Amino acid sequence: MINFSYTRAGSVAEAVGAKSKANGAGRFIAGGTNLVDLLKENVERPRQVIDITRLPLATIEEGPNGGLRLGALATNADTAYHPEVQRRYPALSRAILAGASAQLRNMATNGGNLLQRTRCYYFYDVAMACNKRRPGSGCPAISGQNRVCGVLGTSDQCIATHPSDMCIALAALEAVVRVSGPQGERTIPFAEFHTLPGDTPQIENTLAPDEIITAIDLPESPYAEHSVYTKVRDRASYAFALVSVAALLELDGDMVKSARIALGGVAHKPWRSPEVEALLTGKTATKENFLPVAAALFHDARGYEHNAFKIELGKRAVVRALQLATKGTASIRDVNGQTADA
Amino acid sequence: MNAFSESDTAGGSTMTALPGKSPVKLTINGESTTVEVAPWTTLLDLLREYLDLTGTKKGCDHGQCGSCTVLVDGKRVNSCLTLAIMKDGSEITTIEGLTGKDGALHPMQQAFVDCDAFQCGYCTPGQICSAVGMIKEGHAHSDDEIREGMSGNLCRCGAYPHILNAIKQAYAATEKRTAA
Amino acid sequence: MSALKSIFGKDVDTTSSTYLGKPTSRVDGPAKVTGGAKYAAEFNVPNLLYGYIVSSGAARGTIKSINTAEVEKVSGVVKVLTHENAPKTAYLDSSHRDQLASSGGAPFRPLYKAELEYSSQPVALVIADTFEAARYAASLVKVEYEVAPHETDLRANMGKAHPPTVTRTGYVSAPKKPRGNPEGAYDAAAHKVDVEYSQPIEFHMPMESYASTVAYGEDGKLTIYQKTQGVQNCQEYVCSVFGLSSSDVQVISPYMGGGFGSGLRPTYDIYLSVLAATALRRSVRVSMTRQQMFSFSHRPEAIQQFKLAANSDGMLDAVTHTAIEETSQNEEYLETVVNWSGLLYNCPNVMLSHQLVNLDLASPADMRAPGAVTGLYAYECAIDELAYEAKLDPLAFREKNYAEKDQNEGKLFSSKELREAYRQAAEKFGWSGRPLEPRSMKKGSDLIGWGMASGSWEASQGKAAAKLVLTPDGKLVVSSATSDIGTGTYTVMTMIAAEFSGVAIENVTFELGDSSMVYAPVEGGSWTVSSVGSAVKTVCQELRDRLFKLAGKVDGTPLGDTKIGDVTFANGAMHVTGNPVKNVTYAEALKAGKIDKLELDTTELPQLAKQATHALYSHSAVFAEVSVDEDLGTIHVTRVVSAIAGGRILNPKTARSQIMGAIVWGISMALEEEGMLDDKVGRFMNHNYAEYHIPVNADIHDIDVIFVPEHDEVVNPLGAKGLGEIGIVGVAAAVTNAIWHATGRRVRSLPVTLDKLL
Ligand SMILES: Cc1cc2nc3c(=O)[nH]c(=O)nc-3n(C[C@H](O)[C@H](O)[C@H](O)COP(=O)(O)OP(=O)(O)OC[C@H]3O[C@@H](n4cnc5c(N)ncnc54)[C@H](O)[C@@H]3O)c2cc1C
Ligand code: SF4
Ligand code: FES
Ligand code: FES
Repeated sequence: MINFSYTRAGSVAEAVGAKSKANGAGRFIAGGTNLVDLLKENVERPRQVIDITRLPLATIEEGPNGGLRLGALATNADTAYHPEVQRRYPALSRAILAGASAQLRNMATNGGNLLQRTRCYYFYDVAMACNKRRPGSGCPAISGQNRVCGVLGTSDQCIATHPSDMCIALAALEAVVRVSGPQGERTIPFAEFHTLPGDTPQIENTLAPDEIITAIDLPESPYAEHSVYTKVRDRASYAFALVSVAALLELDGDMVKSARIALGGVAHKPWRSPEVEALLTGKTATKENFLPVAAALFHDARGYEHNAFKIELGKRAVVRALQLATKGTASIRDVNGQTADA
Repeated sequence: MNAFSESDTAGGSTMTALPGKSPVKLTINGESTTVEVAPWTTLLDLLREYLDLTGTKKGCDHGQCGSCTVLVDGKRVNSCLTLAIMKDGSEITTIEGLTGKDGALHPMQQAFVDCDAFQCGYCTPGQICSAVGMIKEGHAHSDDEIREGMSGNLCRCGAYPHILNAIKQAYAATEKRTAA
Repeated sequence: MSALKSIFGKDVDTTSSTYLGKPTSRVDGPAKVTGGAKYAAEFNVPNLLYGYIVSSGAARGTIKSINTAEVEKVSGVVKVLTHENAPKTAYLDSSHRDQLASSGGAPFRPLYKAELEYSSQPVALVIADTFEAARYAASLVKVEYEVAPHETDLRANMGKAHPPTVTRTGYVSAPKKPRGNPEGAYDAAAHKVDVEYSQPIEFHMPMESYASTVAYGEDGKLTIYQKTQGVQNCQEYVCSVFGLSSSDVQVISPYMGGGFGSGLRPTYDIYLSVLAATALRRSVRVSMTRQQMFSFSHRPEAIQQFKLAANSDGMLDAVTHTAIEETSQNEEYLETVVNWSGLLYNCPNVMLSHQLVNLDLASPADMRAPGAVTGLYAYECAIDELAYEAKLDPLAFREKNYAEKDQNEGKLFSSKELREAYRQAAEKFGWSGRPLEPRSMKKGSDLIGWGMASGSWEASQGKAAAKLVLTPDGKLVVSSATSDIGTGTYTVMTMIAAEFSGVAIENVTFELGDSSMVYAPVEGGSWTVSSVGSAVKTVCQELRDRLFKLAGKVDGTPLGDTKIGDVTFANGAMHVTGNPVKNVTYAEALKAGKIDKLELDTTELPQLAKQATHALYSHSAVFAEVSVDEDLGTIHVTRVVSAIAGGRILNPKTARSQIMGAIVWGISMALEEEGMLDDKVGRFMNHNYAEYHIPVNADIHDIDVIFVPEHDEVVNPLGAKGLGEIGIVGVAAAVTNAIWHATGRRVRSLPVTLDKLL
């Protein structure tokens, strides 16, 4: 861990100001669960760490147009167990609870969750090359241990995934990220927040270096009755997703009025394909109709030595999630986010 | 954006100088103290290396095992990922603070002994603090929920079934007490 | 029956004992649940320096340069040690061989030479006055390498396999000659299986990382608080490597946060901490990071081939088993892998072979039931395949081929209640309803499968000593330089001492983990209870003899001319059996003898002559149920029943925990553990607890442990076989066999992760 200095921001403006001044060598710290980890790994070597935890951004309140506003500093635990989140956005609650551990969720914040970095083994190991960590050094994951890497939207520079569970649900819900910077406030639609690696894997999102996330707005959702988050992982808990699916259905009887499907564990960003989702519109909610949708979602997927199975697994997980969503949110046995068929 | 540049590490005197310390006020196991802390000192290292409170364990130092679990303002957290300087003004409870002043074991500690819920004992303080925090959170009622709620605490000795029993025993004892 | 008979008679009857056989809470429990138990990195001696290890990024090659001078400029940094400036230690390789090293070979020496031996080996030690400063400065160390090609891929190097060229304590080499005619029998047989099984590298991963705190005395003496399974092995090693006298080095380890074999041999943290402490004449602590826990020992990867055959009645007729394991370039790590296949079932035709491939990795090390876990995982899966070929229930097949004697050695078993273990476990599990065909059981949409396997482990005893001190306040302190790595040594030794001394258990203290105590072997191999426990028993029996003699000097000689055989020793007093009024307390006896501190010690040797005529093994019968989500491939082990034939169970409470923990290990081995090597860089890439998976609480469901009664007068004076290893042997096979029964898929490589079922 490097010899960084520490400042505690008293206001959003102060935080933004400090970050601008640090000129790329500053980092905000919220829950610290990702940043402190990466500081110890020497992956992050900032000169200044700016503590934003005392900013008044921890509330969860009614948002505009019947939505809900999640403060950037509200913890993952407080968000997941918030009665309005559980009632109106059950897939979000479940996605959060499917991630990390109870201790980590008590610490982790909503803003930090969006900005957590990949768990690619090579990114984490500074003795290894990595285009994301050291642009131009190469990507050993492509021909190395890539079980945790992606199969969709990868590039020949980087095949890393975004590891968040929460973000998968947020993508499906079409949340909006509220940010504040030297130029004032702006909003970023969730689909535009995270980016694909392309030739610049070191860039992971569209937040400017001196911007801070202040809140996440959840629009009103017609999906609460048919919302699931299915996470497939290598052990029953405390493991990142191999593949995860947030599936939201709006049904009219057994007919799909609209569908949202977001995939985790497979790409550099939460993966959505609105065109494919639209294939379900007007169809009955049956396995036969889900299968081609699952296939279409992975049509352009490309597997690597240790993760090619994610393509087949992903398709099956999509079908499973849609089947569970059809049955309805209430029918899912839910053990702290471990969704299982009742 | 998370553009990274390894040249963020400056050379010269910025490289060789160590960060300054600042006073941090903490209430640890009911006693308030002010300690001089450098920004890079984690709560875990503060407890173990500076305050000789070695009951809190370091299993991984990266949030991956739960050995370092303590209660900060009543909530269970991983002290290895907590910068101590950020907790100015907080109340910290460690395994040492669960034991009564007279040495009496906390019901959770007693239950762990009764149920043989450990072997080497290294994960145990973290398990116990985590269990106490979990019960307070109020989301763990069934066996499955307890197992899931305790999954942030690895036990390489594999004491999990006994940990479950111990938590149920302590839970029952607490409920009896509150009912009485 | 009087307690006396159990002392002098051969029979140790559990029902009549005061403590042995009764479930007893750990005596060290309160210390562990309050945070009072101190582990190696928790001895905060004054003016301590912190050493932070820098690990190599390359596997093979030469260190060209290290920017030591630059790093030493960082405030708080005292020294950076590298191969260039580290003080020289003993020259000969033999001086670096500890008790458990192989007979030849060059044990790894940190900071010794510019040539690299494996990726992640230590290449520098940064020593500073705070942990944080050392860690920071270590991040500034830049090592330049001249990289050379490396080989870490076992499969790619199978052509280089060779038989072991050295020996090692405890290693039993494969029989040189085949038994019978395995090839002919195989060719002629009705049912055959020809399969290959593989198992990846696994890491011990105890929760506590290795750490060494060296307190440097004013007189230059070293007190080393060390995470180890053998304080005396460490002490001898340090003396030998650094040329120190044994009176100047004391190694202390009262608690150990898990070992599982990783701490049997001295680890490189002790080398580095002593190197730094002696070079700087300061107290130093060196701890490994979790990542570095992947850099010094592991269970070796194994590729195993079987040709098994049974005749038309389902009698096992041919076994050919070849195991190829990796080892390092500098040492041949040896564990007994294949001999189990010639032991477990009766078979007239057997050929066994064990070979090694040298790779550019750290030396493997003993890991919980070393060898047996590897060999029997694969063998018990292959046997399951053969049973199915013969259309026999796997349990019926095993019972049919039950071995009444050890055919490898031509000896009878000292005891073997495996048949009873099968019976009890099967009944508890409800095995009798099991359909023979796979894919026959479902629960909701999940496939259900039942599998079973057996296990075996040697019941060995080594030389050990115990010392006791009895004081007039009636307190008894017994000690031996053994360890409690979570196995319950403190508790069981306290029980044995109380049982055989007649001192009430609350007045007995057992001390361990200090090299200055009387001799004990390293804590491993399940031999601690048999070795140290036997010594404790003997020294306590000697105590009674002494006290009885002293009782004759007590005024009025209350015991009269009663023979020792008619005296009961209990609650710190002796009385004429059946007449408690005629008694002498131990305090009175000491006073009469004018003794204010009675000290005795004894060294117990195994009764080799008696033991040599028998085969000494513990056994297990393991039954597992899995449920498999066929679409997603996720596997849950919903139930395990394991019956153990492990001799006499001295403390059922801690014994149960040991077996339960070992079953968790078996589940872990079956489904989760895998050191992921990137052969291109020669490095393990999932070097952390987030990605090297071991089970979490939610992975573990019902586990049922049964101890079947097993009486054994040969194995050692206590009749106990030790339980540290037997619980894991066979578990991975039972789980894997259950997965086959659920799905019809034989996955022949561990771990069985969900992708292998898609
Ligand atoms: C062992 C382990 C297992 C985990 N498992 C999972 C899992 O299964 N699923 C999952 O989804 N996650 C998992 N996580 C990740 C965890 O959810 C994230 O670390 C956490 O959400 C990050 O939030 P934080 O507040 O702690 O972020 P911090 O560590 O404080 O910050 C992370 C990054 O975000 C920046 N940042 C934080 N807040 C803001 C803000 N408001 N505005 C601008 N920038 C900001 C920081 O500068 C930093 O770069 C796991 C973590 C660990 C350590
Ligand atoms: S996949 Fe991306 S993060 Fe991983 S090594 Fe390649 S460039 Fe780095
Ligand atoms: S030491 Fe903090 S989680 Fe492992
Ligand atoms: S008791 Fe040893 S790790 Fe849990």
